[in-house]
Amino acid sequence: MTFEKFVFYVFALITVYAAFRVITVRNPVHAVLHLVLAFFSSAGIWLLAEAEFLGITLVLVYVGAVMVLFLFVVMMLDVNLAPLREGFVRYLPVGGAIGGLMILEMSLILASRHFAAAKALPPHGPHYSNTRELGALLYTDYAYPFEIAAFILLVAIVAAIALTLRRRPDARRQQVGEQVRVRRQDRVRLVAMAAESRSAGPAEEEGS
Amino acid sequence: MVETIWQVLLILIKIVVILVPLMLGVAYLTYAERKIIGYMQVRIGPNRVGPRGWLQPIADAMKLLMKEIIVPSNANRFLFVIAPMLSLGPALAAWAVIPFGDGMVLADIDAGLLYVLALSSLGVYGVIIAGWAANSKYGLLGAMRSAAQMVAYEIAMGFALVGVLMAAGSLNLGAIVRAQAGGVLHWFWLPLLPLFLVYFISGVAETNRAPFDVAEGESEIVAGFHVEYSGMAFAVFFLAEYANMILIAALTAIMFAGGWLSPFAGIPVLGAPSLLWLLAKTAFFLFFFLWFRATFPRYRYDQIMRLGWKVFIPLTIVWLLVEGVAIMARVGPWFDHAAAAAGS
Repeated sequence: MTFEKFVFYVFALITVYAAFRVITVRNPVHAVLHLVLAFFSSAGIWLLAEAEFLGITLVLVYVGAVMVLFLFVVMMLDVNLAPLREGFVRYLPVGGAIGGLMILEMSLILASRHFAAAKALPPHGPHYSNTRELGALLYTDYAYPFEIAAFILLVAIVAAIALTLRRRPDARRQQVGEQVRVRRQDRVRLVAMAAESRSAGPAEEEGS
Repeated sequence: MVETIWQVLLILIKIVVILVPLMLGVAYLTYAERKIIGYMQVRIGPNRVGPRGWLQPIADAMKLLMKEIIVPSNANRFLFVIAPMLSLGPALAAWAVIPFGDGMVLADIDAGLLYVLALSSLGVYGVIIAGWAANSKYGLLGAMRSAAQMVAYEIAMGFALVGVLMAAGSLNLGAIVRAQAGGVLHWFWLPLLPLFLVYFISGVAETNRAPFDVAEGESEIVAGFHVEYSGMAFAVFFLAEYANMILIAALTAIMFAGGWLSPFAGIPVLGAPSLLWLLAKTAFFLFFFLWFRATFPRYRYDQIMRLGWKVFIPLTIVWLLVEGVAIMARVGPWFDHAAAAAGS
């Protein structure tokens, strides 16, 4: 067994274990953390497959940003665990059917000779830059699909904001423009006044 | 087989050669911080332990080592212990791709910039997990603030780095420095001035330093995410924060201030590229971290969010467009060779 193969099996075992724990662990925060571990170790597998751009991007986007927001939401939720576990037997046939279908599809792709995925990728020289190749391909051959995907994502962003935006006329908001425009003269006034002697009573106070 | 073992040993030695000076740097950065802020506030700062107080960081470390680590009741013990390590790990691992000189780098990987960005985005897990696992309301509030802040500023930071890679035509940090060859005016701080400022300020926000230190916010939430930590567990958070500060300063020096290149290019002796230039530039940017802390009051939280989302991100996007036009027009002396490299 070569060293690469050994590393692959280590990462694969960690990925499978973490993915399994995501659905079996009781605490939702632990489940999210296991999902993070699964993403992280699959990024390691991608690095082994010489896809360093995709591997690092997986860590950057999913582990570094998406899962942080997930964790953020899950920590805020007060989930009652008991009702979540009740439906297990009821949903088992549906879940099992979907899982079986996915295994069937995957084995079809991997075992069939009609799909290119079964072939091993040709190894590249030390000066092969994964990032450069991917960029060249995305912005030449796949320029239109790439831009369409970007546009769909933009529409999704706008839609998400539009769906959650609620205009409430009674809500108080900060007027940031006004806050920035405030000058010191509007808020404080420096007053020059003579020093007062200790013995002077309030009646003899001299203002300015 | 023997050769592999030697290679692994060599890498381990290199890691030690990078980390030991880094840890010493962290220790003396705390000393420098107390001294500099002391003088800015017209006091002397630590001057009792050792000559001029030089042994103060050692004394602090010894004291923290001796202290007991208290795990709060109902805390999640495993996550509570692992959180400081999750915070320190990425801060140290990012140093693998930092070039200290031409070719003086542990891992000369092609996607170095992405790697740094990915690891700096991982640091937030230590903070979130620490805040949640401690079962403390102040800790949780600090973790929430920190998570929102880091996600907000990471985007601006990423866009600033996109500008750097557009100008350099490479994601490799060594190649980025080599693309800045020439005098001070050839460095990227000048054509990328807005991105440089955005990157550095986002860096201050990412490390949770003043004036963006609402995750700790002593006056409101005691000490934020690490309120329940004591002894060495607290010290590890401290180490991670200062290692991140040095990392951000070094990255700013590499990406915007020519890394190991000399500002006096062309002049004999002074013009030679050297590790010392990188260290001097890093120290220069680190001074700003300390200066900010002594100068600015803490930002209000909604203003931090507004600055990140509504000011920095649009600013970087606009400047990326400007930069793209400049690259197409081959504006010298920065973009005439970068455009040629991208075209080839």
